[in-house]
Amino acid sequence: MITVSHYLTLSSLLFILSIAGIFLNRKNVILLLMCIELMLLAVNFNFITLSRFLGDTAGQVFVFFILTVAAAESAIGLAILVVLFRSRKNIEVESLDSMKG
Amino acid sequence: MEAFIFYFFGSVLILAGIGVIIARNPVHSAMSLVLAFVTSSFLWMLLEAEFLAIVLVLVYVGAVMVLFLFVVMMLDVNVSQTRAGFTRYAPLGIGLVILIVGMLGYVVWARTQEMNFLQAPPRAAADFSNTEVLGSQLYTVYMYPFELAAVILLVAIVAAISLTMRRRPGLKVQNVARQVAVRREDRVRIVSMEADKES
Repeated sequence: MITVSHYLTLSSLLFILSIAGIFLNRKNVILLLMCIELMLLAVNFNFITLSRFLGDTAGQVFVFFILTVAAAESAIGLAILVVLFRSRKNIEVESLDSMKG
Repeated sequence: MEAFIFYFFGSVLILAGIGVIIARNPVHSAMSLVLAFVTSSFLWMLLEAEFLAIVLVLVYVGAVMVLFLFVVMMLDVNVSQTRAGFTRYAPLGIGLVILIVGMLGYVVWARTQEMNFLQAPPRAAADFSNTEVLGSQLYTVYMYPFELAAVILLVAIVAAISLTMRRRPGLKVQNVARQVAVRREDRVRIVSMEADKES
């Protein structure tokens, strides 16, 4: 029997993996954006699990809005990344430590 | 059967998450992320969120990940040097991960008997429409947030286009307004001259 803690464990593992990915990877901004997407997926997983086990549709509506905002976020993030690559010719995380214009 | 589906797709999901992190090539990471989205959409179907499962495949795999792949291939990142500083921040990351494992483990596993009141309701009937329920909620109770979401998407479109658009100097373009505004007198001159015929 699959209980609520099984699903919560799965989404926690996914969240922890994405946090580890953000810390392990210091070279590629695209991978950071992917890890953020994975994190949002884990959060959505929690919402849908609790929406099912509490019998409330509001969790699914909230996941819908999170998907919308995440799509907008990744579009703008990738646009910023393209502009960054155009001006600096690399997208390493460690070269972004100075706030020069 | 439910347990088999859960454990199979759950393990595939975790493996895909590991693949996102440790893949050398960003394209492989993106493909692992696609696999993670597809497997979690199966698991969402197991949780009776059918509409969101389909939306996850259509929007994420079909649009967002394709955008990621386009950007990865457009930027042409040097793969060999993307792994140079792998271990510099690893101790901090491992410490933080252990901390978060401890906190989440305390909430999810050590206090699991307090969550036992959450029992899964019986499965819905075959003619039950998850989309219908979600739509009736979305268009009545959540009407205002729904319109705000549309505005957010519009802002994202405008921001992405205006960020990546560049005006290169010296580029030859047509000025359509001037082309349309041209009259006949500006271009054509009627010259009357005598015929010059040699005999």
